[in-house]
Parts: sequence; C-alpha cells; structure tokens
Amino acid sequence: MNALIMIPLAGAILAAFWPDNRTRPWFLPAVGLLHAALCFRLLSSPPPVSPEAWIGFDPLAAAVLPAVSLLFFVCGVYAVPYLKIRQERPNRIFVAALLAVLGLLSAGHQARHLGILWIATEAVTLAAVPLLHFNNTPRAFEATWKYLLVGGTGIALSLLGSFCLGYSSLHGGGEGDLTFVALTAQGAGLSRPWVLAAWVLLLVGYGTKMGLAPMHTWKPDAYGEASGIVGAILAGGVTSVAFTAILRIRSVVNSAGESQIADRTLLAIGLFSMAAAALFLLGTRDYKRMLAYSSIEHMGILSIAASLGGLGVWAALFHVWSNGLTKGALFLSAGNIRRAAGSPSLDDVRGMSHVVPRSAAIFVAGMFAITACPPFGPFFSELKVLGAAIQTGHGLAAAGFLVCLLFAFFGLTRVVFAVVDGRPRPAAKAGGVKFRETFWLIAPPLVLLVLSLWIGLFTPSLLQSTWTAAVAQLFPRP
Amino acid sequence: MISMLNLLIGLAMGLNLVALGSSRLPSLIRTVSTQGIALGLMPILLESQHLNWQIMCVAVATVAGKGFVIPGLLRRAMRAANIEREIQPFIGLMPSLLLGAGGTVAAVAVASALPLLPEHAGSLLVPGALASVLTGFILLIGRAKAISQVCGYLILENGIYLFGLLLIKATPLLVEAGVLLDLTVGVFVLGIIIDRIQRAFDSLDTRKLTALHE
Repeated sequence: MNALIMIPLAGAILAAFWPDNRTRPWFLPAVGLLHAALCFRLLSSPPPVSPEAWIGFDPLAAAVLPAVSLLFFVCGVYAVPYLKIRQERPNRIFVAALLAVLGLLSAGHQARHLGILWIATEAVTLAAVPLLHFNNTPRAFEATWKYLLVGGTGIALSLLGSFCLGYSSLHGGGEGDLTFVALTAQGAGLSRPWVLAAWVLLLVGYGTKMGLAPMHTWKPDAYGEASGIVGAILAGGVTSVAFTAILRIRSVVNSAGESQIADRTLLAIGLFSMAAAALFLLGTRDYKRMLAYSSIEHMGILSIAASLGGLGVWAALFHVWSNGLTKGALFLSAGNIRRAAGSPSLDDVRGMSHVVPRSAAIFVAGMFAITACPPFGPFFSELKVLGAAIQTGHGLAAAGFLVCLLFAFFGLTRVVFAVVDGRPRPAAKAGGVKFRETFWLIAPPLVLLVLSLWIGLFTPSLLQSTWTAAVAQLFPRP
Repeated sequence: MISMLNLLIGLAMGLNLVALGSSRLPSLIRTVSTQGIALGLMPILLESQHLNWQIMCVAVATVAGKGFVIPGLLRRAMRAANIEREIQPFIGLMPSLLLGAGGTVAAVAVASALPLLPEHAGSLLVPGALASVLTGFILLIGRAKAISQVCGYLILENGIYLFGLLLIKATPLLVEAGVLLDLTVGVFVLGIIIDRIQRAFDSLDTRKLTALHE
C-alpha cells in the first residue's frame, strides 16, 4: 500500500483514540515530519509507476505533493503551541481530521484514476468540515454551512462531469477503463460532445474546490473563520489537489483534440477570478477575508498559467510552491495577530506592530512576497507566467494580468498597513487573553517565509527537472 | 424491461415536480424518499438479464440510504428544530413549479441532441438525470430552510445517480461503492451540521446566516 496515504490515516486513527488532550497535538509535527521525509526521498529517487496503476507517485504528484507535505509539517509544528493556547477546546477531532486531510490530499495528488480522484476530493471536503467549526462560534457554523453547501454542490457537479467523461469513453468504444492513461490513449476516439460537457462540469466542480470566481463564495467565509493553520492548509493544500485534478483532466481533453476550448475557458475564468479578487481586495475590511481574496487571485493566476501550454504549466507548478509557502507564512502570522487583537476587522484593529511586533513584521514581509515583490518566490513564478503569456502571443491577457496584480497590490497594502500601523487601541492592549509571541509561534511562519525566499532565489534543479517531467507527462509527445 | 425502467424514471421526474410544489417539509421529505426507493430499484431492472451480487448490493444500499436512512435523519432534524413549513421561499412555489416544468421539457430536448449508445437510445435516463439536477438546483437556490436545501441537494444527487446508471456495467464496483458511500456520508454530515446550526440559531432559516459578508 501507499505509505504516503497510510501513514497519515493511521496517525489520524491513533490520534482519535489518544487519551490525553495535552500531548495529542504532537501527532501533527511527528506525522508531518515522517510524511515530508518520505515525500522528499521519493522526490529524489522516483519510484517506477506502472501505467495502469490507479494510485502512484508519478511526476505530477512529485511536482506538487512535496510542497503540501512541507507546508503541513511546518503548520504541524505551529499547531503544538497554538493548541496549547486553546487548551479549553478538546482537540481530538481537530487533530484526527487534520491528519486525515493530509492522507486524503496525498491520495488525491497521486490519483491516476478519475473515480479515485473524485473520491479523494470528496473525502477531503468532508474531513475539513470539523476543522472549520473548531472555534464553535455561530460565525464558524455559518461559514461551515456555506462551505458544505457550495463545496458539496461543486463536488456533485464534478462527479457528474466524471460520469460524462466516462460515457464519452464508452461511447467511443472504450472498455470502461477510467485511468487517465487509458483515457488519454483513447484520445480522438472519445465522443466529442460528451468530452465538452465533461470539461465544463469538471472545471466548474473542481474550480469550486479551487475557489475560482464565480464559484469562490465559500472561500472568504471559510478562511475568515478558520484558524490560521486550517487556512494555510486549505489554501496551500486542498486547492492544489483541485488544480492538479484540472491539469490531469485537461490533458485528456487535449488528447481528444479540444485543447483550444480548454485553454480559452481556463484563461477566461482565470482572468475573471483575478479581476473579481482584485475588486474585493479593494473593498474588504477584514484581514483574514483579505487572505481568502488573495488566494482567489492566485488561483486565477494558476488557471491563466495552465492555459498557456507547456511553458505555462511549468510556471504554474512553480507558482503552486511559491504561493503555498508564502500563504502559509501569511495565514500563520495573521493567526497570531488575530489572537492578540481579538478581532479580524479593520474597525477594531490597528497598531499591531506595537502589540505583536514580530508577527506584524512577518505579516508585512509576507504581504510584499505575495504581491510579487522581488526577491521572493511569487515574483519569479509570476515572471515565468508572464513570460509564457508573451511567448505564446497572449499580449492582452498579460496586460490584464498585470493590471489585476496592481489593483491587488493596492488592496493588500491598504489592509495590511491599516492593521500594522497607528496606535493600538487600548482595548486590544488590556483586553481578554494575554497573547505572548513565543518562539514556536514565530518560527514556523518565519521558516515558511525563508522557504519562499529560497525557492525564488535558488530554485533547486531537482524541482525544476521534476516540473519538466510533469509537463512532459501532461503533454505527451506523439 | 426498458418500458418498466422508463416508467420508474417518469415517476422520478413527476416526483421532482411534486417536490417543487410542496411547502410542507414532511411531504417534501416523503417525496425525496420515494424517489430514492424508485432509483434504488432501477439497477435491478436495468441488468435483469445478468443480475449479480454487485448490482444487488448497489440496489439495496441505494434503497436503504436514499429511501430510509437519510429521510429518517432529515425527519429527526426537522423534529429537533420544530419546524414544519417552508414559509416565504426565495422563489415562490408557483414560479419554481413553472421553472421545473420548463426545465424538464428543456432536459428532454437537450438529451435528444446528445449522442447515445444504441442500448441507451430508448431510455429516459439522460433527460431524467438532467431534469433532476435542475430541480435540485431550483430547490437549493429557491428555498430558505436548511432542510429544504438538503432535500434539493438530495434530488441533485439523485440526478447524478441516474446518469451513473449509464455506466453501471462498465465501471468497476469499487468506484460505484465508494461513490455511494461518500454521498451518503456527505448528507450525514449535512444532517449533523443542521443539528448544530439549530442549536446555534434556534431556527433553520439560512436567511439568518448573514453575519459574514462584505
């Protein structure tokens, strides 16, 4: 069996039966470390994957899953002091669900079969539910309800799309083999009308999970109410599963000879997501919802990049890494600020550089990183996206991309400096729980920020060659 | 057998309209549960020549899940919340019925334009699936009470299940069973959430879920 899936799931079961609330959070960094170590070992010496395997660590999984694993490990380290602060809440379900999410994410990334991919995505959606209402407030319930209803509908549509793709294979004389290898091999033999119907439904379905506009409505609520760790893992991990799902399906649609339609829809939905996110960023008054809109913007970037052929997909895989790591730093530091300030709204929070100076510094640096200021990772990956757009002759799209980036920059700086600058409100200083910036609450977001810097400046050649292999897997040369 | 199957699908399509027209929650739940049982019988009819244990498993699990377990959970949630009626839906009963009827006609038209395998050509599976998906969407969007929305989600799922019947012979059972299990669990979780929402809000009106907005 696949150890990357089984280790976290076994950890989840063990954590669910672990009696002690105080020591249970240690499962998160321990399993995370084991998972990350295994993941990077497989990355450096890729195992052979048989073509008909339903689950396997193929180049595309190798290109993305280690980023998720790394992010999870760092968030796991952060979870220990975080859950210690929240000692009043039982964390049995939280820890078990978080580990289950890791296992199911590993399954989703490695799924080479349409049905397995869907089951893993559906299961991740369900496993994330207890994470969202960990805070047990009415607002958290509201966010969870919207997440389930919108996410559930999206997942239902992606199942319908999977059936359509299956039927297109059946109609074209296929034997009902739903592995991506078999579907791609059937290529032009797939029934065209059904392939198109499947593409639309799957793009809407998995696009909902990714948070592309206009299917993004669950995202601000969920990210706004979830704790920092959950936000980081949703934004860096769950969205990337949906993105690789779209890449795998796009490869089948390409082989059926409909690549032009697939590219156009991806480009349109990507630009629309960026524009919608930029506009909402200019208006939002909540710094955690701001992160959600920023995530929607970056999903738009991924979608645009995916529409730009092999070069674009390479840039997109790069961007999955740089965006995931940087978002992690932002979510964790925002979580610290949220705990110290007691409110997510700009109406109540200001002057956080006096209250929590280190978290505020990381938050500001992370903001510059995510808005693609050099020399952080997102700058280099977005430069690659831009380069791919210009090389493939999408000048207008590149212009729209830059305008959206600019507006997003205005929106993000507006919110971030309103939170950080000024005099802290007296209530924030005196009120409620005293929050102390301990080493273990600061180190994880800082490490993620440094990783984001490192991936931009010194992109390891191992990763570059893995991304190239993944592109070769998605665009097989005839 | 195909005529018997079409009769059941026709029944399911009729139940869609009944669901759109009912304002009382118990009758809505009863409609959804009847539709679930009708759906559960279909695989047996579809594969009556070569029945095997896999198909029987799918049928039994569907009848039990869609026909009894989920409606039972919904009734429990309804009693816990102490509400019986859908008052002031976003889309009124009459407009939603008209939408549903129009959608059913459109579904038949669209389905006739799609290429089908010869063995599926005479069946109502595709129009039935499309009409149910549409009905599910109307209920999801047009109703305010959480339980009505869950019923809408169930009808949406039923439509997808109808479509899945086209593939029941070709796809391995593993996928089928996993699909069924996941859907059931999905609604189960929805049911728990309803329970919690009710405790937090003392009402199942999703209109009151408005604290989070821009």
